Amino acid sequence: MLLSEFGRIGFDPFLEMRRMQQEVNQRLGGLRTSTAQEFPPVNLWLGENSVALTAELPGIAPDDVDLTVRENTLTLKGERKAQDETSVWHRRERPNGRFSRTVQLPFRVDPEQVEARFANGLLEVELHRPESDRPRKIQIKG
Amino acid sequence: MAQELQTTDRQVPNTLDGSERTRSRQVFVPRADIYETQDQVVLLVDMPGVASDGVDITLEKRTLAIRGYATEQPREHYRQIYAEYGAGDYERVFTLSEDIDREGIEASQKDGVLRLLLPKAAPAKARKIELKTA
Repeated sequence: MLLSEFGRIGFDPFLEMRRMQQEVNQRLGGLRTSTAQEFPPVNLWLGENSVALTAELPGIAPDDVDLTVRENTLTLKGERKAQDETSVWHRRERPNGRFSRTVQLPFRVDPEQVEARFANGLLEVELHRPESDRPRKIQIKG
Repeated sequence: MAQELQTTDRQVPNTLDGSERTRSRQVFVPRADIYETQDQVVLLVDMPGVASDGVDITLEKRTLAIRGYATEQPREHYRQIYAEYGAGDYERVFTLSEDIDREGIEASQKDGVLRLLLPKAAPAKARKIELKTA
């Protein structure tokens, strides 16, 4: 492909540079999204008539997380407190401060039927589809 | 003055001692905060999913190795539809400076965060050497 372009328009170093730059940007672009992620990272699990959300919230007390369910969205809110001891920092990799995340669920959920568990810094929220929204099987009369 | 605390940067954890792990689980490098106060160095390591009995800390010479084994959570009747993080174990190795009181190291794991307190050793007393006059 490169060779054929040389033949047609002659050698253009700038074109080559632009193409290389584009290629590098494409590869690095993919990298960036995977490293700089939102806090907290969540996983979604789908059951038959329920959906479960798990989130990594290390260092946050269960009382410090606020969960709100509305139609088909779930909002996680909270704060991770920063260290207030006067100190000299060597490394600071753990995110802190306020966070808020709204996750869209695959269906409307019943706000009355929500179970949330918190263990070892992992939050697990189980949400159920309301009875009236569940898919119904229709019998065909023969 | 600042106590030197370095990490072996983002090393592939399962090749630290040249060997391979037998469990085929993903191993992550956990995020860590390290800060220093008047009399100690504090290490905070995020290891969500790791219970207090799943933490393994070894100190060999000046190498501090932190390992966290996450408790497996089987999810029946559920299939994963979206993922932003993976479940797995954690490993990270730090090199400590020599002036840490290795006997007094304390560790605790709460809400998925490991807190390691490394007390600074009492500074070696300066010794004055008297010259004998012959």
